[in-house]
Amino acid sequence: MSAGFPNAFRRLCDEIGPVDAVGIEERVAKYATRSIKKASKITGLNLAVSMVDLTTLEGKDTPDKVASLCRKALHPHEGLNVPQVAAVCVYPSMVKHARRALGEDTAVRIASVATAFPSGQAPLRTRLAEVKSAVADGADEIDMVINRGAFLAGEYQRMQDEIVAVRDACGTATLKVILEVSELETYDNIRAASFLAMRVLRPGDFIKTSTGKTSLNATLGNNQVMLEAIRDFYLATGTPIAMKPAGGIRTAKQALHFLVAVKETLGDGWLNNTRYRFGASSLLNDLLRQLEKEKTGAYQAPYYFSEAAESY
Amino acid sequence: MPTLTDKKPVRPTNRALGRPAPELIFGDLWEYDPAPETADPKLKPRYELFIGGKFVAPASGKYFDSINPANETKIAEMALGSAPDVDAAYRAAQKAQEGVWGKMPGKERAKYLYRIARLLQDRAREFAVAETMDNGKPIKETRDFDVPMAAAHFFYHAGWADKLDYVAPGRRVAPLGIVGQVIPWNFPLLMMAWKLAPALAMGNCAVIKPATNTPLSALKLAEIIQDAGLPPGVVNILTGPGSTGGLIMAHPLAAKIAFTGSTEVGKVIMRSVAGTGKRMTMELGGKAANIVFDDAPLDQAVEGIVNGIFFNQGQVCCAGSRLLVHEPVADAVVAKLRNRLRVLRVGDPLDKNTDVGAIVSRDQLETVRGYLDAGVKEGAKMWQPPCRLPAKGFYMPPTLFTGVTQSHRIAREEIFGPVLAIITFRTVDEAIEKANNTEYGLSAGVWTDKGSRILKMSTELKAGVVWANTFNKFDPASPFGGYKESGFGREGGRQGLLDYCKLV
Repeated sequence: MSAGFPNAFRRLCDEIGPVDAVGIEERVAKYATRSIKKASKITGLNLAVSMVDLTTLEGKDTPDKVASLCRKALHPHEGLNVPQVAAVCVYPSMVKHARRALGEDTAVRIASVATAFPSGQAPLRTRLAEVKSAVADGADEIDMVINRGAFLAGEYQRMQDEIVAVRDACGTATLKVILEVSELETYDNIRAASFLAMRVLRPGDFIKTSTGKTSLNATLGNNQVMLEAIRDFYLATGTPIAMKPAGGIRTAKQALHFLVAVKETLGDGWLNNTRYRFGASSLLNDLLRQLEKEKTGAYQAPYYFSEAAESY
Repeated sequence: MPTLTDKKPVRPTNRALGRPAPELIFGDLWEYDPAPETADPKLKPRYELFIGGKFVAPASGKYFDSINPANETKIAEMALGSAPDVDAAYRAAQKAQEGVWGKMPGKERAKYLYRIARLLQDRAREFAVAETMDNGKPIKETRDFDVPMAAAHFFYHAGWADKLDYVAPGRRVAPLGIVGQVIPWNFPLLMMAWKLAPALAMGNCAVIKPATNTPLSALKLAEIIQDAGLPPGVVNILTGPGSTGGLIMAHPLAAKIAFTGSTEVGKVIMRSVAGTGKRMTMELGGKAANIVFDDAPLDQAVEGIVNGIFFNQGQVCCAGSRLLVHEPVADAVVAKLRNRLRVLRVGDPLDKNTDVGAIVSRDQLETVRGYLDAGVKEGAKMWQPPCRLPAKGFYMPPTLFTGVTQSHRIAREEIFGPVLAIITFRTVDEAIEKANNTEYGLSAGVWTDKGSRILKMSTELKAGVVWANTFNKFDPASPFGGYKESGFGREGGRQGLLDYCKLV
């Protein structure tokens, strides 16, 4: 039995305010009714491409697979004037291979999931060692998982202390804190965990929805709760925290709905890839397919687009 | 491990002094392109009266124009009904009532109602466009609310038509006869459904007049009524000015009259029918309080406030036009509201991305502007988000007033426009007292995380509907109606049916 942290959640919730689930879902349903056409669609699709963290996180990943992912990140599609994606996202063991494939002189960043992703169930020193080695191998960004057990037990100090330790281990690398929303279950918990993380993050660090390894990943609802937390934190402290929904965003249409949420909640300041990312893999080709359709007026068969990242 | 974290409060303590407060930028970095709804509203240049199942020219030979408030152009000519037409309509209704409809078994009547509901669904897009053109409300509202909800009312009451023995347990029910109905311009088609569906399900015939400003969807519904094969005379639709409505209310053949509109006109009607033995239901004005406590989920409350007062440009009788906000969170709520209003899109109602459309008429726009002047003159502080309004048409940006007290006119009178009066309170009792301190009592909203407080408030608030942690939610099964000068009688649910029958 743990020592117990009575009323920890109640106190935090009093401070940051609760979330009404029905209200959040009604709000986000309106985003999906926005009609994004013509030039605004092309702008939105290109923006989404530039925000993709192109991801492969599988036990069967190999250096060659990662190399093909990196090539795709640099050149999403021939014949279309599209931006490069924001980053590739790989396991720590693949960071050096990604660095070799991308080279030193590239705008595409290397993100690595560390801290015993996805469960985080390893001793802290092991998790920190993993972070340091990923950074040493050339990772620009570290995607960590929070200690959900500590959070759910009300041990907020411990949860935050671990984030701080990882943050310090990152050095200059950007930190992304994965809340794993499906294990937090309620919107109240998602808001609370967002605040606990943001309070120890540096400007430009991220909070991220999920690992993509559980049943429920990014939804417009949990994205909205986190965007509102970021907005409230920014307006109160002036510290801009970035956001990354991950997992489950597979279509261009979904991505545009997420961008509508960003535009209408956080405004123009977050409509760029230093403040907003999509953790996804199959999304990229759907974005490209839609862009090709806008250009040519016809949908192209999927096999016209190179497959370099079929997971997630 | 190094020391870790000092717990940082959310309040702006770690912001460098002297630096400007952080702000969000809602600019045009990624602007939505126009997305007009292009479905054909299938309009005719001229609409006649609908009497005895046929479209007939008015006895006066006169017509009036229906105007699109979004661009001030003429949509169609509407027949101007007068006394001989009203009389013809009642004769047709009497014939239908005595000959067919009153005697028809409920399960047969249900078939017609189901047919109307399905035909309305089939033509939903067309009706949504026509309604938006006539009324000025955004297409997303007509498409997602008005038309589907109108169909839902026909479906719901069709379901009742063969179960009328269970409307009043232990009693039998019988139709009243002919009902005269006059409806407002804020939800032209939906109010028509609210009035006709229960009347018809119960076996009554109707003579109904849509509002002078918005007669179009009523005559389009007449086409559906014809297509559904409803026996001639069961529904008769007369268009015209307010005086035509007066004639409908005054006609001796009416067994009941039903009115939705302003309290002022409602009082005139009630005086005119006093002593005639006609039954009445009145759904009149409102000045609803939306009450936000400090423990409420504030972002969702803000969404509810916006939905409460800017839905249909605030031209809603149950609009949450007074915001009562708990003092500890008053500044936070107003700040959140402002940020939310900055992303509301005001403009062409036919654009699928428009959130706030046009006010129904120039007169109404002038009335609302008069209230803005009154608010400013009486010392309240007005705020409107920056927005570009179209050059033509009757537009009004969403408007907030802070520093409002109970004695301001904008806090007492029904404005029927996108204008929110923000009043603060300190205790639960004060909130209740302020909420009830009005001649109206149609609706109210309560926002709190505390369940017991919701129950207390819902018993203490003198309002026909109390929404908890939501606002402006409707369902055909849920009775709707007012207290005090907001009227009497209910629409929807079993209670609504009871207002269209006699117990035998």
